[in-house]
Amino acid sequence: MRIDRLTSWLLFAALFLAGLGFPAVATAADDHALIVKGEYLAQAGDCIACHTNPGGKLFAGGRAMATPFGNIYSSNITPDPATGIGKWSVDDFYKTMHEGRFPDGGLIYPVMPYASYTKVTRADSDAIFAYLRSVPAVNQPDKPTDLQFPYDNRQLILGWRTLYFNEGEYQPDAAKSAEWNRGAYLVGGLGHCAMCHSPINSLGGTPESKAFQGGLIPMQNWYAPSLTSNKEAGLGEWSIDEIVGLLRNGVSHRGAVYGPMAEVTFNSLQYLSDADVRAMALYLKSLAEGSPPGPESSGVTTSESSLLMTLGQTVYQARCASCHGSDGRGMPPDYPPLAGNPSIQMESAVNPIRMVLNGGLPPGTAGNPEPYGMPPFAQTLSDDEIAAVVTYIRAAWGNRGAAVSAGQANELRKVPLD
Amino acid sequence: MKAITGKIARPSVGRAVLRVLAVVALPTIGSAAFAQAPQTPTAPDTIEARVRACAPCHGEQGQGTDNDYFPRLAGKPAGYLKNQLVAFRDGRRRYAPMNYLLEYQNEAYLQKIAEYFSALRPPPTPPAVTDVSAAVLDRGKTLVIDGDQAHSVPACAGCHGPKLTGMVPGIPGLVGLRASYVSAQLGAFRYGTRTAAAPDCMQLVAASLTESDVTAVAAYLASQPMPTDPSPVPQGTLAMPFACGSEPH
Repeated sequence: MRIDRLTSWLLFAALFLAGLGFPAVATAADDHALIVKGEYLAQAGDCIACHTNPGGKLFAGGRAMATPFGNIYSSNITPDPATGIGKWSVDDFYKTMHEGRFPDGGLIYPVMPYASYTKVTRADSDAIFAYLRSVPAVNQPDKPTDLQFPYDNRQLILGWRTLYFNEGEYQPDAAKSAEWNRGAYLVGGLGHCAMCHSPINSLGGTPESKAFQGGLIPMQNWYAPSLTSNKEAGLGEWSIDEIVGLLRNGVSHRGAVYGPMAEVTFNSLQYLSDADVRAMALYLKSLAEGSPPGPESSGVTTSESSLLMTLGQTVYQARCASCHGSDGRGMPPDYPPLAGNPSIQMESAVNPIRMVLNGGLPPGTAGNPEPYGMPPFAQTLSDDEIAAVVTYIRAAWGNRGAAVSAGQANELRKVPLD
Repeated sequence: MKAITGKIARPSVGRAVLRVLAVVALPTIGSAAFAQAPQTPTAPDTIEARVRACAPCHGEQGQGTDNDYFPRLAGKPAGYLKNQLVAFRDGRRRYAPMNYLLEYQNEAYLQKIAEYFSALRPPPTPPAVTDVSAAVLDRGKTLVIDGDQAHSVPACAGCHGPKLTGMVPGIPGLVGLRASYVSAQLGAFRYGTRTAAAPDCMQLVAASLTESDVTAVAAYLASQPMPTDPSPVPQGTLAMPFACGSEPH
């Protein structure tokens, strides 16, 4: 009897623990793992860049996204029930990521990169949602959009979607390795690299055929180089280690990240695992492999060389050579090489002009916490001097870029930096 | 047998010697070949090399340049310089070129940059030749040394020190600066493009100054020779007339 009672008590206790205690603990651990996974994926997606105002509360939104059609403000994606996504279900969130629609079916402006996020798997979307549910709720109402007529009519998004939106999760290419597919998934999905590195036409769209072919980023006036052409940022000739260094640390022996790409490394890529950045590097390298090299010689004519090149060389020796070297080889990775650097020779001279005008520091990352900087020269060099020195670095040492005019330098001087 | 063994042994010793020689020689040959090909230099692993970007505007030694609006950094308290770097990074102090440069830098690095410039002691900036009248300079001197009680203007010297070299950790020296820079900063405090930790005491001070007060203070400060030792006074030396968010008690 006593044994029976004890046995039944133990059985009861065991059943009780099994029924309530242990699974509860296991669920908490699972939740935690899911949140950690979601945080990592949210970093891969660089959600913070748009959904957090500089100096503002995490994911409370309100950041102005300047578009040629007017301003759109990012949404509050904290778990606040009134102003955030506190009332959303996991299905609602997936619908946003995958279909570009609000829970009520409303159309989302494609400034939210759902054209890329649609490739994200259901499991990854669910993990990001679990993470977003775990951050502090912030009560901050979304700002209405500030778009000009007729772009304030959301029905126009339907037209954009018909032309440029291909809904669907990433489909692995069976002919490629698992690593390549992982890279393609991250670059094309969460990384949403195509948002900048593809040309955007006057309708604000990118035809599928032009994916990753580079383009001027509207409003920001930085040129996002082509990822498919070795004449630009095509990484076909780079080693995997060089690509990984550039993406993750912000510097490499070939060049450094700058402009909007510095933000991507700072907020997103530096947090990704070595395996994931390598996978992205492998995929990016494959995009440009086999693309033809640039033209044989510089587009700078003899008459231009006598004027621009002489002045340019003088400015270069006085202002640039102590770091980048008289031979343009720099002191990589800290002072990037200019000789043979495709970023300087691209058809669009916007980036080298802006680097000279605005200077820059690569982002401070775990792999490069104390970056070496380049001073801005907008305050000390005239338009003529800037045109001359940029022309010089685009054509010296076997570089093949075309000449730059003082007018171009002057135009970019006026671009706001924020 | 012995002879044979010896004959066998000798070449093997020779081979071993050759092998050792090869091991020693190969890296030598390797590095010699490397030295002959133009070797890419590396940047010095120093804070000086890292902050060379600051030099064209702030001077090689942080002494400032002939541009009136770019301040001398050398010798200012590290806490003050760090607060400014963070404020530029976070947009609390607005100046687009600085905001842009510092946007993606970590606080630990900004601290290091601040300490570097704080420790520098370049030659003093010569006092500026001023074109304001003696009466204006006099008004400036009064405001700097004594303040203007009637208009609730505290004396600059009350917080920035009797020699105006600032106080550790957060109060900057006002010596070696140009009039244009000082008046631009007083204007920035007033219009909220330069803000500091609450309570933002300089915002209150700047709000109580008239336009002509600003001109007078800026002209007087710029006309003063720098003291031989521009170091800030230690923390807590001065009993400040009011609380200041940048200067912990």
